[in-house]
Amino acid sequence: MNVGNPLPNAACPEDGDREQINIVIVGHVDHGKSTVIGRLLADTGSLPEGKLEDVKALCARNAKPFEYAFLLDALKDERSQGITIDSARCFFKTRKRDYIVIDAPGHIEFLKNMVTGAARAEAALLVIAADEGIRENSKRHGYLVSMLGIRQVVVLLNKMDLVGYDRQIYDSLCSEYTAFLETLQVKPIAFIPVSARDGENLVTPSKQMPWYQGPTVLDQLDAFEKKKSDIHLPLRFPVQDIYKFTEENDDRRIMAGTIETGRLSVGDEVLFLPSHKRSHIRTIEAFHTTIKTEAAAGEAIGITLDTQLYIKPGEIITRSVDTPPRVNSRFKAHIFWMGRSPLIKDKSYKLKLATCRVPVRLAEIIHVLDATDLSMTHHKKQLDRHDVGEVILETTKPIAFDPVIAIEGTGRFVIVDHYEIAGGGIILDEADNRGTLLEHHIREREVAWDKGFITPVNRSQRNSHGAKFIVFAGEQYDHVTAFAKELERRLFVNDHQTYYLGFNNLLSGIAAVVPGNIADTDDAIKKLGELARILTDAGQIFITALSGIDDYDLEILKVLNTPAEILVICLGSNTFSRFAVDLVIPTDVSIEIAIRQVYELLRKKEVVAEYFI
Amino acid sequence: MDHLDKLEAQSVYIFREAYREFKNLVMLWSIGKDSTVLLWLARKAFFGHVPMPMLHIDTHYKIPEMIEYRDKLAREWQLNILYGENTAALDRKETYPDGTCDRITCCRKLKSEALKNTLSGQWPRYRFDHRLGRYLPDTNTEQYTGVIVGVRADEEGSRSKERYFSPRDKENDWDVGDQPPELWNQFKTDFAPGTHVRIHPLLDWTELNIWEYIDREDIPLVSLYFDQGQGRRYRSLGCWPCTSPVVSQARTIKEIIAELREGKYANIAERSGREQDKEDGGGLETLRREGYM
Repeated sequence: MNVGNPLPNAACPEDGDREQINIVIVGHVDHGKSTVIGRLLADTGSLPEGKLEDVKALCARNAKPFEYAFLLDALKDERSQGITIDSARCFFKTRKRDYIVIDAPGHIEFLKNMVTGAARAEAALLVIAADEGIRENSKRHGYLVSMLGIRQVVVLLNKMDLVGYDRQIYDSLCSEYTAFLETLQVKPIAFIPVSARDGENLVTPSKQMPWYQGPTVLDQLDAFEKKKSDIHLPLRFPVQDIYKFTEENDDRRIMAGTIETGRLSVGDEVLFLPSHKRSHIRTIEAFHTTIKTEAAAGEAIGITLDTQLYIKPGEIITRSVDTPPRVNSRFKAHIFWMGRSPLIKDKSYKLKLATCRVPVRLAEIIHVLDATDLSMTHHKKQLDRHDVGEVILETTKPIAFDPVIAIEGTGRFVIVDHYEIAGGGIILDEADNRGTLLEHHIREREVAWDKGFITPVNRSQRNSHGAKFIVFAGEQYDHVTAFAKELERRLFVNDHQTYYLGFNNLLSGIAAVVPGNIADTDDAIKKLGELARILTDAGQIFITALSGIDDYDLEILKVLNTPAEILVICLGSNTFSRFAVDLVIPTDVSIEIAIRQVYELLRKKEVVAEYFI
Repeated sequence: MDHLDKLEAQSVYIFREAYREFKNLVMLWSIGKDSTVLLWLARKAFFGHVPMPMLHIDTHYKIPEMIEYRDKLAREWQLNILYGENTAALDRKETYPDGTCDRITCCRKLKSEALKNTLSGQWPRYRFDHRLGRYLPDTNTEQYTGVIVGVRADEEGSRSKERYFSPRDKENDWDVGDQPPELWNQFKTDFAPGTHVRIHPLLDWTELNIWEYIDREDIPLVSLYFDQGQGRRYRSLGCWPCTSPVVSQARTIKEIIAELREGKYANIAERSGREQDKEDGGGLETLRREGYM
């Protein structure tokens, strides 16, 4: 709510660009959050003129004792002058800077709103009523505040007047709550004993508690540090999208995104992860600015490269000279679950991390902080609504990320379940990637495979050729498919058991028309790998054509196709940085020569017996 | 980066998320200063291009200069612009200026209903044909699933409760009490068939920020915002029967900024000249739940 002087318009011109900081205030229901805010607004002179007197008079008329919390209710109804009210935000200012206080709902049903508000905050005030002590939400909020990445936490022990301003009660609550926060690796900056009702230790030091020598709430607010600029960290530039707008003869191919951390300049050598591709920055693009030769954290820009690279949105760009992010398909994370259905194993979810969107599965639960009694357990099989836990997540293909402690923007994520953001989390570190879900699947599949009496050797003797899975890869889809189909035709004419399958046949309706529908593409790759396993087992030379796939896709196809072998043939240039392809055929080679090269390869690999075109 | 750079970067990020995730995307254009800044930010996000159509809901009671300005900018910037309207209500004269209903009902018919049915493709859309220089019925009747809107949280109470990506259900309804979480820069970009998402790149901007940015970027505006010598100007634009100019001698952007910072409007809400706000006790919330912009 814009209370009193609406913040934006009230900024004095000589203030120029006044510093602004977002603070979240959390606490159990009735522990006095509203009173703290009301009192801060009143004591810093941030209320509309006469407001305090009005509310006091109203209370007197209704024979009700005045409470500062009523100020917030009164302000919510504020309509005179049309001042804007939002129950979630209050504005006030000190001499030092402007504050936006996010009043996060204490009730568990509003936890979604609480995390939305708190995710934008740089510091947190946690309110605990001294007479009631540490309650369920005091703990939950403590956990969430730490998980949301708020490093500056101050605990207000409120209602000290109700416990006779007793130092021993203060001391014992401090040690009890410190012990709890330690289990979450949160270390509060200060514990401030206050009585919001009486204004003790809010703006002026309390005379009732001479034993407390620390800062008042207002002192502490002004002592919070603004987040430092991230310019000096390694470059993390997540590719949000790739544009080629052709109107008005625009021929730029621009990779657009917002720089999370670090800086980049024209001419820098950059590394794309997880694809491991490299290039140099040719230009930095922006509209209606002077020509830029460098850009840094926070800027939403675009770049063009000095080479043509096939890159998908979601990759992270770093500079060759910078520490790269981790690249792994497994990571350990703290996760908070808000979904209507629980987070379970054996289900595919959508992971959104920086600009990357990929399928993800729950691989392992390490421990769970149960939502109902806040006990730590190692035996839960799922995360229920409002549970928080430490888990291992696994993506189909490796992705690039950082531990949140190193770089926040690429170290946190959300999980989407059935169109809804159902969970949020932070990455602790990469996890051991032996024993992936895929490998586990292959082991189980092969053990359970129900074989007939005919062996692969029987089949290749009957067919006079071996079985093989042949993948044609290249940037020009039409060219690649045409070639793959031609090979199928020639093999067939020469009495080979062969089958061509178009990749688009495996995509669901939507994915076939929306390019870059990654989740479905990944799904289709898996289907293709399973089909290859069956068709090669049936003795076929199974052929497909793919565009826009990467090293990891080939790795998955190779693994799923085991025990049979895969042959990868690139048409055009080899776009794979690490997967060893079997043959590269330049586009300018005639189809006759190209087919000859493929046959030569098949003969060398002992798939076909002789040369017979 | 100063505060305008930060606001701009966040808006650009939101635009790019929207463009990446929504196939049928449209931007609402009311012709006012906010939606013109919105248009400018789209050009920032897409390096000079505006790769989505812009939709104007024409109530036929807009101040005439607004429509002239709309078509002028459409021609100059080669915009892909559409308009929709509630033809039936206009033909039957079921409007406040006709004296047959109150202001809120008129807003509901000419704006909310027109918007809802134009977005869904059930009522005709008219597209500006740059070759012929006039509007023709649009052949595309697909539903728009992503709708970019230039509302700001500081405008009035109900708008401050919006998310950057705010879902609307099949009936266009907005469930204020049960909104999706927004964690860091991850928004709700997945949606069930039949629903749509309103996208708000300007949510964190204030009226003053808008003017500071117009000044910095030199964005062309309709002249109604400036005093033309009569000592009056519009602070917020809408339909002429329900929008009054304010008393002001501000003739330039800089003078408007001074007036907002420390002058007589520093503490008076922008929409104080908009009569429909005053009739709806809930601060437009009822109308907005039903799809009002």
